[in-house]
Amino acid sequence: MKKLHRVLSVATACALAMSMLAGCGAAKTTSSNTFKIGGIGPTSGAAAIYGSDVRDAIQIAVDEINEKGGINGYQIEYKFEDDEHNAEKSVNAYNTLKDWGMQMLVGCVTSAPCIAVSEKTHDDGMFQLTPSGTAVNCVQYDNAFRLCFSDPNQGKASAQYIAGNAELKGSTIAIIYDSSTEYSTGIHDSFVAEAGSLGLNIAVDSSFTVDSATDFSVQLQSAKDAGADLIFLPIYYQEASLILTQANTMGYDPTFFGVDGMDGILEVENFDVSLAEGVYLLTPFSATAEDELTVNFVNKFKEKTGHVPNQFGADAYDAVYAIKAVAELKNVTPSMAVSEMGATMAAGMTEVTLDNVLTSPTTITWTADGEPNKDPRAVIIQGGVYVLAE
Amino acid sequence: MMNFLTYLINGISLGSIYAIIALGYTMVYGIAKMLNFAHGDVIMIGGYLIYIFASSLGLNPVLSIVIAMAGCTCLGIVTEKIAYKPLRNATSNLAVLITAIGVSYFLQNFALLVFGANPKAFTSVVSWEGISLAGDELKIQGVTIVTIVVSLIILLVLQLFINKTRSGQAMLAVSEDKGAATLMGIDVNKTISLTFAIGSGLAAIAGALLCSAYPTITPYTGAMPGIKAFVAAVLGGIGSIPGAMIGGLLLGVVEILSKRYISTQLADAIVFGILIIILLVKPTGLLGKNIQEKV
Repeated sequence: MKKLHRVLSVATACALAMSMLAGCGAAKTTSSNTFKIGGIGPTSGAAAIYGSDVRDAIQIAVDEINEKGGINGYQIEYKFEDDEHNAEKSVNAYNTLKDWGMQMLVGCVTSAPCIAVSEKTHDDGMFQLTPSGTAVNCVQYDNAFRLCFSDPNQGKASAQYIAGNAELKGSTIAIIYDSSTEYSTGIHDSFVAEAGSLGLNIAVDSSFTVDSATDFSVQLQSAKDAGADLIFLPIYYQEASLILTQANTMGYDPTFFGVDGMDGILEVENFDVSLAEGVYLLTPFSATAEDELTVNFVNKFKEKTGHVPNQFGADAYDAVYAIKAVAELKNVTPSMAVSEMGATMAAGMTEVTLDNVLTSPTTITWTADGEPNKDPRAVIIQGGVYVLAE
Repeated sequence: MMNFLTYLINGISLGSIYAIIALGYTMVYGIAKMLNFAHGDVIMIGGYLIYIFASSLGLNPVLSIVIAMAGCTCLGIVTEKIAYKPLRNATSNLAVLITAIGVSYFLQNFALLVFGANPKAFTSVVSWEGISLAGDELKIQGVTIVTIVVSLIILLVLQLFINKTRSGQAMLAVSEDKGAATLMGIDVNKTISLTFAIGSGLAAIAGALLCSAYPTITPYTGAMPGIKAFVAAVLGGIGSIPGAMIGGLLLGVVEILSKRYISTQLADAIVFGILIIILLVKPTGLLGKNIQEKV
């Protein structure tokens, strides 16, 4: 019996060793010929609308680049994993992609998973560029950058926009924000701080939590009682669509001002789009813009998915081109080790100037702390589409 | 003053919805002695059925609710037969509790698969605008009034049903002593099925009112109201039908008023804090019966 045991364990050890060798060989041959870019985001669950647009937009950018000869002559292989907007699942997705041989990460799409995964990329020294992780901590490490505005920058930019707009400047402002998400709280805090220094009049500052995100009668009633004529909504479009409907049934008609989370409100099934008429939102991307780049992207996206891309898709598309620009600037090749590639890419990010992009009217540059420098754009919803605001 | 009245009426309306959901919890607990945690998700399925028939196919709202009630009733009976009945005589009550949580997740993920994660805007089944009192200062929405009236009607009908009909009497008997009821010739399985049927039918009505008052529907729509209604049922004394009604109303009013006058963030903490205090003082809930165990 003992003997049999020994034979078995030797056999198992041999088999293990063989499989490890086989694994090594396979990884080496593929990784030196192509760039392996991974993506992580929610393609199911409550935030699926963001993740699936990001997934498809990356694919469009990757296909375009591959068609034109790739990055530095190397083709890109691309794989996307679902994280259901859950930090734990996002880390699992990261591990799956690493096993596949990922060298650079475009992700995560949402903030909380992004923060969790950035700990892992930091350990591995992998280059990470999140298209839409807005929380401050998403890019706290040197290897991580973002394409979108951070939460504080969005709040600040919103306050500055309102203060600089002749029609909105004198408004009495009410805020309704989600105190249970980092996203909403982050924007809210910086908005309030900036509004204070700009002398804006905030009459009501109210909140809700994820568990009470259906009944807004109290918040709206207190805004109405305070005579607010502008409601700032640093929240996602799901709740925003409810707030618009409930305000309408109350017979309350203020101007609503949202940020990038408001993007998607026109896509809510069965939502009365006329309620969103006149809503402002600070978003870097407008699918109805008529420049060649936007038209090309929107057409390809529609052909692929059947719907108009939201801002998250545009961010992801630009992110892939940012990687291409930096990799070409620094002569990055797929044969580099992941951490070497990460350090080179991170150094290149602060040197590159990305022009001709979807998500900025001018150019994008990056600072060493991972934040993009770009100009915000505000749009107004008119006749069911986004129109660039003055 | 008018403001306070507005908030109070909103609270009563929210509370009425909790109350209708709580009735489903309380009936099933009273008779089958189990907590049907999937009840909130039956509401969500009911909501989606109404969404399909009323919003998408353009059917008459009342007819859609009737179809949804039939659908939910079938769902309730089938769930009971497949998932709960085989465990009724299990040694531990825990088994059926865990199964109920499993059914809840099953229904949520089923809806996620069929209807997708994106929220759908729900067209209110009540098209009446409502009334304005005191020279337009106090506006009461149509759906608010309908919710309150419907919940009162349901309470009355249920009380009559239980006290005046043979099936209702059978339910009472089963809830008091299952063994003795069997000896008296009552079909316990049939009675429990009937309870699930009524509870699930009520869930469809609750779904219609919930989604009309807060016009959106997602696969998670029923989860939080379900938990709050469970709290309402425990608060009122689980197993007691008037208790569920009072618990629901109390919970709704406290939630809305504390949101307005104390803090929007602390509202849920206050609601659950009250639950803890009441249970400490009166462990069986407000109207719960204090049954002495006979040895």
